[in-house]
Amino acid sequence: MTRDMRPPAPPPSAPTTGHGLSAPFTKACDQPLCGPAGEPDFAAIQASPEFTRLRRRLRLFVFPMSALFFCWYLTFALLSAYGHEFMRRKAVGEINVGTLFGLLQFLSTIMIVVTYARFAKKRLDPQVDRIREQVRADAEVGRK
Amino acid sequence: MMVPIAAGTTGSPTLNVTVFVAFVCITLYVVYRASGSSPTASDYYAAGSGFSGMQNGIALSGDFLSAASFLGISGAIAVHGYDGFLYSVGWLVAWLVALLLIGERLRNTGRFTVGDVMAFRMKQRPVRAAAANATLVITFFYMLAQMAGAGGLIALLLNVHSKGGQALVITAVGIVMVFYVLVGGMKGTTWVQIIKATLLLLCVTFISVFILGKFGFSLSGLLGHAAQNSPLGERLLEPGGWYGQNAMSKLDFVSLSLSLVLGISSLPHVLMRFYTVPDAKEARRSVVWCSWSMFTFYLGILIVGYAATALVGPDKILAAPGGENSAAPLLAFRIGGAVLLGVVSAVAFATILAVVAGLTLAASASFAHDVYANVLRHGKADPRSEVRVARLTAIVIGFLAIIGGIVANGQNVAFLVSLALALAASANLSTMLYSLYWKRFNTTGTLWSIYGGLVSGLLLIAFSPAMSGTPTSIVKGVDFHWFPLTNPGIVSIPLSFLCGFLGTVLSKQPADPDKQAEMEVRALTGIGAKH
Repeated sequence: MTRDMRPPAPPPSAPTTGHGLSAPFTKACDQPLCGPAGEPDFAAIQASPEFTRLRRRLRLFVFPMSALFFCWYLTFALLSAYGHEFMRRKAVGEINVGTLFGLLQFLSTIMIVVTYARFAKKRLDPQVDRIREQVRADAEVGRK
Repeated sequence: MMVPIAAGTTGSPTLNVTVFVAFVCITLYVVYRASGSSPTASDYYAAGSGFSGMQNGIALSGDFLSAASFLGISGAIAVHGYDGFLYSVGWLVAWLVALLLIGERLRNTGRFTVGDVMAFRMKQRPVRAAAANATLVITFFYMLAQMAGAGGLIALLLNVHSKGGQALVITAVGIVMVFYVLVGGMKGTTWVQIIKATLLLLCVTFISVFILGKFGFSLSGLLGHAAQNSPLGERLLEPGGWYGQNAMSKLDFVSLSLSLVLGISSLPHVLMRFYTVPDAKEARRSVVWCSWSMFTFYLGILIVGYAATALVGPDKILAAPGGENSAAPLLAFRIGGAVLLGVVSAVAFATILAVVAGLTLAASASFAHDVYANVLRHGKADPRSEVRVARLTAIVIGFLAIIGGIVANGQNVAFLVSLALALAASANLSTMLYSLYWKRFNTTGTLWSIYGGLVSGLLLIAFSPAMSGTPTSIVKGVDFHWFPLTNPGIVSIPLSFLCGFLGTVLSKQPADPDKQAEMEVRALTGIGAKH
């Protein structure tokens, strides 16, 4: 099932070709990210190094983290179904391993939420702003 | 504490009704104030994208603090113990799928419906039609669950025992709900959700802190009392009280867990909420807010459920009108008397009202935006006529919900919801993930994964023991089941992933690279996104 959570991803750095944009002598970062009328050129943005970096950064965080919480949750579910002996052991007073395991799921979920929120704010948002800034700048140039 | 009331465990019906009517009046006023004079399509479907992350987060949790989670799960914990607890764990963990994989990307890519995202880079008409079909089926199952809860609740609160009387009240509820949707659209519905979620969170927090105090702030002490008071004894606290009888029921349990964790972020009415905020950052903030309120709520529900076993007792719960679903209201009566019961019941009732309103909105949006505007009118519909169609659809759906509620009256609502979740995860999750993250994914793949998941899910439910062959089945007297599990998730969810993959690989048409570039850039950065 974890495999299903991660659809076969294209190689993150593969540039899109066949749009007549990757002229052989210009580097990817020098291409204008907007068309002549100032409309964003999505193929060029997708091929730009800043966008490639954003995508890699996002995927490197989001896919492993999803796999992690999914496996961790599945462990809990499978143990609840098939590991009765283990789950019914008393841990603290009347609280058994199963209940403790469930409460740990609560804790881990909140921890992942907080970690992702922080990661997105520090590592994704500035990168998105950078790309948007580039596109805006190129749009101004395009209009002139 | 015990006010002598003729109705016994049901408190004072007059008081219950008064609190509830007060809630309806206040929310109707809010809905009326929130609605503009002539709403655009964006106002009607997405509240003009004008809500903040915090507001939408609370409304999102409101969508999930439904009758199913409040009444169904507290009842399941009270009667079955640990296996009921699994529901709440699954429903909390599930938000991570929305947070990490879907929410922000969906906000950036689409405008009003799930179909917007699925059809973004595919052939519009067949994919939109498929997305709308999936939305309508999923929403119908989910709505059935909510309306079934309404029936049980009415029985308990108003002491209405005759089926005819209950049907009458379900009808009244349905009419008020349609009114919310028609007058308030998404903005009104969201405000109702915010008010309701806040009330429900306060209620559950108050009750659980009070109960913990009663047991000397010792969870262990509470669990001990609950086990003593349950016919299951110690087994109440252990896995297997509900699903542990044999190998098949254990597999069923795993299937259920899968549906719970993968289903939530695939529900159309939940996904649609992401469009009510201005951008992806606010969408993220809404899931963070939502996760915190779900965290608090489900910890509270764990305590409420076990406390209902300890203080009310499963025998009394099962004997009450409304059965399992009446655990939380009975506990409220036990600790706070008729007043607290009135408040809790009114909130639970409001919950059903608000969630069904949200469902109606999602279904009508899907029909008007995907089917009417894009399939029938080829994307050239006048926005005004689109809103008119949406409103008409809302009336039709409201009518169907009333009929469905009368028919499904009495089923365990958490269980019915789990079927809806299995369908949602089967039809939508694979399609959304492939569409957002897999470059090669194409129209054939999209159609295969939507229909593969939806049809296999529906067939397996139709031939499952949930439908026929056991004493608790929906259809009684005949036995045509051959699929051994009540929840189809473990088969239909992987199958939809497989279908999407095979459909893409086997078809000759390549994906449209320009649209793919546009979708990916838009999903990740919001460049070109509609606000």
